[in-house]
Amino acid sequence: MDILGDLLLGVQTAFSFWNLTYCLLGVFLGTAIGVLPGLGPTATVAMLLPVTFGLSPETAIIMLAGIFYGAQYGGSTTAILVNLPGESSSVVTAIDGYQMARQGQAGKALATAAIGSFIAGSIATVLIAFFAPLLSSVALAFGPHEYFALMVLGLAASVVLASGSLLHAVGMILFGLILGLIGTDVQTGAMRFTFGSFELADGISFVVVAMGVFGLGEILSNLENESDRTTVLTKVTGLMPTRADLRAMLAPVGRGTALGSVLGILPGGGAMLSSFASYALEKKVSKNPQQFGKGALAGVAGPEAANNAGAQTSFIPMLTLGIPSNPVMALMIGALIMQGIQPGPSVVQDQPVLFWGLIVSMWIGNLMLLVLNLPLIGIWVKMISIPYGYLFPCIVAFCLIGVFSLANSTFDIWLMGLFGVAGYILRKLDCEPAPLLLGFVLGPMLEEHLRRAMLVSRGDVTSFVTSPISAVLLLVAAALIASVLAPAIRSKREEAFQDED
Amino acid sequence: MQGHRTKDFWAGAIYLVLGLATVILARDLTLGSAARMGPGYFPTVLGGLLAIIGLVSLLRGLLRPGELVERIHMKPMILVIGATLFFAIALDFLGLAVALPAAMFITATASKRFRLAPVPLLGLVAFTIFCVLVFVRGLDVPLPMFGTLFGG
Repeated sequence: MDILGDLLLGVQTAFSFWNLTYCLLGVFLGTAIGVLPGLGPTATVAMLLPVTFGLSPETAIIMLAGIFYGAQYGGSTTAILVNLPGESSSVVTAIDGYQMARQGQAGKALATAAIGSFIAGSIATVLIAFFAPLLSSVALAFGPHEYFALMVLGLAASVVLASGSLLHAVGMILFGLILGLIGTDVQTGAMRFTFGSFELADGISFVVVAMGVFGLGEILSNLENESDRTTVLTKVTGLMPTRADLRAMLAPVGRGTALGSVLGILPGGGAMLSSFASYALEKKVSKNPQQFGKGALAGVAGPEAANNAGAQTSFIPMLTLGIPSNPVMALMIGALIMQGIQPGPSVVQDQPVLFWGLIVSMWIGNLMLLVLNLPLIGIWVKMISIPYGYLFPCIVAFCLIGVFSLANSTFDIWLMGLFGVAGYILRKLDCEPAPLLLGFVLGPMLEEHLRRAMLVSRGDVTSFVTSPISAVLLLVAAALIASVLAPAIRSKREEAFQDED
Repeated sequence: MQGHRTKDFWAGAIYLVLGLATVILARDLTLGSAARMGPGYFPTVLGGLLAIIGLVSLLRGLLRPGELVERIHMKPMILVIGATLFFAIALDFLGLAVALPAAMFITATASKRFRLAPVPLLGLVAFTIFCVLVFVRGLDVPLPMFGTLFGG
């Protein structure tokens, strides 16, 4: 493992003209959708996926990744200036960030968020470069039993970390898994749940599900509570932090990065949970906790570092195991498959250009974001005042064209409409749509590995426990589920998610 | 119908129906054995599990007090989803250059703040031109620019 040679390859890839251009485009779009409340990275990545088909795999992933982590930067701007989370992960940033803005320290809050995010992003990128190849070399030895167990663990973790009811999270995963089975059975060629429809023979595209549930469904939810957005100020000053500010943010950023990096790897955790956990931690270790909620610098620095670190490290399980930890990663896996790359442990070795190019581009992207979000803050401040009424018809238009271009057929538009209604109704019933998308993407893989494992062991179920790796993975999965059912931890979990509403 | 039962009840009912439907539909598929699973094996297991989850949620909704379902706003749903379906039907006939702004216009009326004004209408025209240039000309998406109605 010659890491220097690999990094050099990454630098060459990431610094090519087109990759730099698309990286900039990605982080620019990411910041924009992060700034705009009501438009999330999942819907945006889904809308832009069809556009990336013509690009080379590394360029496509570099741009899509930029959208995802760019959104973490943009979200904080809206949170600080308007007290509205531009992105769900910046909910906690609004608490202290907005108070700072009201006290005339908007510039300081924005600088803290951007610099904290940049430091966290840089560290998390290094973590990916070191741990991803390591993890993938371990995973290369995995057989069908281990893969099945790993996916069960992933799904279990996403259930435990999901907010809301445990029962509904499991229900949504099962629903997603079933939806994923629609189409031709790969092993026998039998048609499953296609109702004789020719269009369903290839299965439902995950882009259709994502755009329907996250794009249209979210619009319908947002239309219920349209509100005016007025910025506190139009001109932001004091963007250069003082030396004392920098020193004050260092420790919270460090803790936030560590927390976010760990939580980001876990399925279902990701950026949002990281920022909540970091805020709670900062409040606990602070010398003057009464300052929190009244404009504490640490209350902005910690969570912002954590959500960006979490966004970056969530790429690790996707790149090394082919397992998504959040809906955006599920879309990335879909993007790779459409590019003809089977996500899994072999990606690091077989696609070094893609892997190392992406890593280096992440660091460049973070640098670009620092520039985009501090000196060019004026653009985004103006953008916040775009009314939602102008915005959502455009989102619908992009969804329509994007879905059509998947298979050049209007059938997918009908399906997207159906999933839009489903997404809205399910949200009304407090059923989180994220586990559904994870289940949908994992469904076919889970079935394939289960069938292979059972074939190899001649129908012996105990083979999952006699293989040590799969036994440990399943044990951890069982422990995770059991821990949520245990009353003590259960109340803690409910407490942790309470602030969200 | 709405408002009388809790969220748990309705979510459970949906899971139960979907789970049972999956199991029933999967009966047409070969089940196979544990060692040689047919195409019906995995769906049957999943459908069964979903039905059980649904039943538990449904019972919990009946027995325990919980949050009631908030009002489902029909108007935005009909307008936004209606606009997507309109686009699907009208695309061949009207073409992108007409069907897209029409669908967007229908969508926009879903907002409580919708007002007819010259500036947004001009924006709609500009956005349509942008989409035609980027997607039809630039990215070669085979969308009909003008539909059969205009001899396209």
